[in-house]
Amino acid sequence: MKRREFVGLTSLAAGALFLPSIPGFGGSLVDPERLLEQVDPAVKKRMADAALNAAKSAGATYADVRIGRYLNQSVFTREKQVQNIASGESYGAGVRVIANGTWGFAATNSVTEAGLAKAAQLAVQIAKANSKVQKEQVQLAPQKGYGEVSWKTPIQQNAFEVPIAQKVELLLAANAKALDNGASFVNSSLFQINEQKYFASTDGSYIDQDIHRIWPTFTVSVVDRATGKFRSRDALSSPMGLGYEYLTPKAVDQVAGPAGTGLIGYRNSYDILADATLAAKQAKEKITAKSVVPGKYDLVLDPNHLGLTIHESIGHATELDRVLGYEANYAGTSFATLDKWKTKNFQYGSKLVNIVADKTQPGSLGAVGYDDEGVKTGQWDLIKNGVLVDYQKIRDQAGIVGQDHSDGCCYAQSWQDVQFQRMANVSLQPGTAKMSVDDMIKNVDKGVYIAGRGSYSIDQQRYNFQFGGTVFYAIEKGKIAGMIEDVAYQANTQEFWNSCAAICDRSDYRMFGSFFDGKGQPSQVSAVSHGSATTRFNGVNVINTARKIG
Amino acid sequence: MAILSKDEAQNILKKVISFSKADECSATLNGRMRGNIRYARNNVSTAGASDNVSLVVESRFGKRAGVATCNQFDDDTLRRCVQRAEEIAKLAPEDPEYVPLLGPQQYLTPVSFAQSTASITPDFRAQVAGDSIAACQSRSLTAAGYLEDGATFTALRNSKGLEAYQQGTNLDFSVTVRTADGKGSGYAVADFTDVSKFDAKAITKIAADKAAGSVNAQAMEPGKYTVILEPAALVSDEGLLNRLFYELGAREADEGRSFLSKKGGGNKLGQKLFDERVTIYSDPLNPEVPSNVFDGDGLPAKKMTWIEKGVLKNLYYSRFWAEKNKVAATAFPNNFIMTGGTQTTADLIKGTAKGILVTRLWYIRDVDPQSLLVTGLTRDGTFYIENGKIKHPVKNFRFNESPVIMLNNIEAIGKPQRLGGNLVPPLKIRDFTFTSLSDAV
Repeated sequence: MKRREFVGLTSLAAGALFLPSIPGFGGSLVDPERLLEQVDPAVKKRMADAALNAAKSAGATYADVRIGRYLNQSVFTREKQVQNIASGESYGAGVRVIANGTWGFAATNSVTEAGLAKAAQLAVQIAKANSKVQKEQVQLAPQKGYGEVSWKTPIQQNAFEVPIAQKVELLLAANAKALDNGASFVNSSLFQINEQKYFASTDGSYIDQDIHRIWPTFTVSVVDRATGKFRSRDALSSPMGLGYEYLTPKAVDQVAGPAGTGLIGYRNSYDILADATLAAKQAKEKITAKSVVPGKYDLVLDPNHLGLTIHESIGHATELDRVLGYEANYAGTSFATLDKWKTKNFQYGSKLVNIVADKTQPGSLGAVGYDDEGVKTGQWDLIKNGVLVDYQKIRDQAGIVGQDHSDGCCYAQSWQDVQFQRMANVSLQPGTAKMSVDDMIKNVDKGVYIAGRGSYSIDQQRYNFQFGGTVFYAIEKGKIAGMIEDVAYQANTQEFWNSCAAICDRSDYRMFGSFFDGKGQPSQVSAVSHGSATTRFNGVNVINTARKIG
Repeated sequence: MAILSKDEAQNILKKVISFSKADECSATLNGRMRGNIRYARNNVSTAGASDNVSLVVESRFGKRAGVATCNQFDDDTLRRCVQRAEEIAKLAPEDPEYVPLLGPQQYLTPVSFAQSTASITPDFRAQVAGDSIAACQSRSLTAAGYLEDGATFTALRNSKGLEAYQQGTNLDFSVTVRTADGKGSGYAVADFTDVSKFDAKAITKIAADKAAGSVNAQAMEPGKYTVILEPAALVSDEGLLNRLFYELGAREADEGRSFLSKKGGGNKLGQKLFDERVTIYSDPLNPEVPSNVFDGDGLPAKKMTWIEKGVLKNLYYSRFWAEKNKVAATAFPNNFIMTGGTQTTADLIKGTAKGILVTRLWYIRDVDPQSLLVTGLTRDGTFYIENGKIKHPVKNFRFNESPVIMLNNIEAIGKPQRLGGNLVPPLKIRDFTFTSLSDAV
C-alpha cells in the first residue's frame, strides 16, 4: 500500500495533511502574495529560444518548450475548524523533441538559458537512445507558427487576490448551515488553480497563456446512531474555468429543479450556503428514504449527473490515443473503433444525440486559446444526429487516420510532465424544442430522476457502465414521488445513448466538471467540462445496491 | 544529489532546527530519483527521468502551525524557509487538533533499499522495453507496457530531539498484451525492491500467453460463481482488498461513518467479521515486502496485526485520535500482508470443479460505504474452469460485491505473492456476484 493511495481524493478529511500528494496541488509552498506575480514574456522568450536552438544543434528535427508557473491554493475545513490552507508554486520547463523520428522529453526546474539548453540536449539524447527500439517514425500534422500571441481565461476576479480569511469564512459559514440543518459532519474545501504557461516551438510560435480554474465543494454526512445507518450528500457545484466570481450567487445563473425536490441547478455562479442547507436536509432524508425496487425505468438525468456519464461513455471512448492502443496497458482502448467510424453510419446514439467537442467554451475547464503543442483551439462534431463522425486528436495522431490537422487537445499537467492527448470539453447539445424539466417529467410514467455524481465505473473499452448519483427521486405517473435510495443503473453505451428519448432546451443547459481526470503512465490529471440539458433515457436497467454485512 | 546519506541529511536538518525561534520546529527532507519508460503498439512512446530533494519546515507557536518548503540548502535559503514557516504560523488559526511534537524514538533498522535498483540507467529501461516488445512481436502480438523505478530517502529531525532516516527503492512493471485482431488480451504485473529479481521477459510471457489464450471468449450468464482471484485482482491499482485496507481508520469508525462503526455507537474492535482463515498484518521488516520504519509524524512503524483469524484486532489511530481516546497511536502502515497456504494459482485451479479465473479487475468504485459494496469489471484474462482445468476464455463480467462478504465466502487460500508492496495470496471465493456482461476485450 502506497501512502499516496491512502489519500484518496474522495477522502478530503485525510487529504488535508498530505496535500502535495493531490495531483496538481504539489509544488513548493509559497507566500500567497507570490501567486499574483507574473514572469515577463520577453524573459521567457529568451529562455525558450535557448532551448530550441540547443535542441536543433543537437540534431532535433522538431522541438517545443513549455515554461510554466503552476500555481495553486487550497483551503480545507471540517465542521467549525480549518484543517489546512496551502499555497503552492511549481516553476520549471519541459522540452520535447523529435530526433531520429522518435520523441524525447526532459524537464528542469533550473529556469535559465543554460538550464533549458541542457534539458533540450538531454531530451535529444533520450530520443536517440529510444530510437533504437522504435519501429514507426513520428509524423506530425503540419502546424503554422503564430508568432508572439497571448490568451487569458476571461475571469472577473482572480481568486488569488481574495484574502484567505474571506475564503475560510465562506466555507465555515457553509459548514454552519449544514450543521444547523441536521448534519453530523461536514467537510468543505476550495481548490484554485492558475497555469501561467509559455509555449514556443520550432514552428515559430511563442504563446503566453494565463489559465484559471476554481472548485468549491463539500460533503455533508448524517449518522443515525440508533440504526447505525449513515448517508452523505456532496455539493452540487461544478469545478469551472472561472475566477472567484463563481462564488457570488446570481439569480440569473439558477435553474429550478423538478417541482417537489427543492433542487437548484447552477450555471456560472454558485450559492454554497443554499446548497449546504439543502444538502443537510437531503442527507437526513436519505436515511429514511425507500430503497429502490430494481427493474427497468425511464431515467431523467440532471446535467450535474449526466456530465459524468458523457465523460466516461463518450468523452473517453472518442479519444484517438485509446482507439489506437496507446493507453492499452492502463486506461484501456475503445469500442468506437476506426472500422465503425469509417462506415459513416455507426449509430452511437439516437438521432437526438449531437455531441460537440469544444476547447473554447467560456467558463469551461478545458477552455484555452492554444493547446500544449501550440495548436489554436476550436470546436468540432464528434457525434452528429447520433452517428459517430470524428475523434479527439493531436498532431502525431492525425496522419494515422488520414487527417491533416490536430484538434488542439494536447495537455500536460505541469512543466515536468510530457504533454499528450487529453479530453476536450465534450458536451451534449440541448434540444431545439421548448422543454423544461417539469415538462419532461410529466410524460414519464415510471422513472427515476438523478442529480449529482455518485459511484461510476466503466469497462476498459467503454461498453458496460454502472453509475450511481447524489440524490434520487422516484417518478410516478408524471410526478416526483419522493426520495429513493440504493440506486445504480447499468447499461451498454450504444444501447443507452440510443434510448435517449428527449432533451430539455437551452434554458436548462449547464456544465458539469471533472477536476481530477486521470490518465497515462505516470498518471497525469486534467480538468474538463461537459455541458448538457436534462435528458431522458427510456427503459434503463436499475439495480438495488443495498447489502447487509451483519 | 537526490539520495543524501544520513549524515548529509541530518547536517542540513540540524542547521534548520538551529535557525528556529518557534516554540516547536520540525524539519523533513525527502529525496527521490525516478525513471520510467512507456511503450504501446510495440513502440516506445515516452521515457523520462527526474530527481528532486525538498525540505519541509513546520514551525509552531502554541497551537498555531505554519509550513514552508524549499529545494535549495544553502544557509540563506534555509533561514528564509524557517522564517517563512514562522511567519505563516503566527498568522494561522489555532489548531483544535494540536498534539505536541514527538520526542526521541527507537526505530527498527530499515531493509527497503537495494543499490542495484538505485543504479538503473536509461539504457536498462530501453532494454526492458525492447525485450518485452520482441517477446510479443515474435508471436504477432502487440505489447503496451510501463516500467517505473525509483530510489527515495526521508530524514526527520525536530526541536524535541527526534531524529530519523531511511532509504527505499522500488520498481514497478506492468504489461498488457493484445492479439492483432483485438480479440484477446492478457496482463501481468510485478514489483520489486531489488531489480536483480526482475525478469521482464518472464512477466511478458505470462501476459502474452493469457492474450493468446483469451481469443474468442464465450459469454456466460451473470450470476453467483466460484472465482479464483489472482493477487493483481486483490491489491493492484484496482484491487478488491484496497478499499478494506483504507477503511481501517478508528476515527471514521468511531464517528459512525464506516463499515466498522457499531450500531448504537463505537467501533467493531474485537468482533469476528471474517472467515477464521483471514489474518492480515503489517511488517516493515518482512524481507519480501520491506517498507518504511517510521511515518511522516516520526511514529515508529512496527509489526501490527489488523485482523487475526477473522477478528478485528487493531484500527489505525492518528496521534490526535489516539490521545483523545487514550490509546497508543499507530504509524500508518506501508504494507499489508495476508497470510495463506502453499498452493499456487495452478493448484487452486486443479481443485476447482466449476469456476472463473480472474486475472485483473478494473475501475473499482465504492457503491455503498455502509456495506463496503464496490463495483468493477474483470479484464485482460478471464477464464472458465471445469474439472480442474481451464476450459475456455469467457467474456468479461461486471461485479457488485463487498470485500467483507467475500472474506466470509472463502473456499481456499493460496500462497502469498508480492504485489504493490504487499503480500497477498490468490483467493478462491464462492458466490461471487457478477451482475452483467461486458463486450470489452
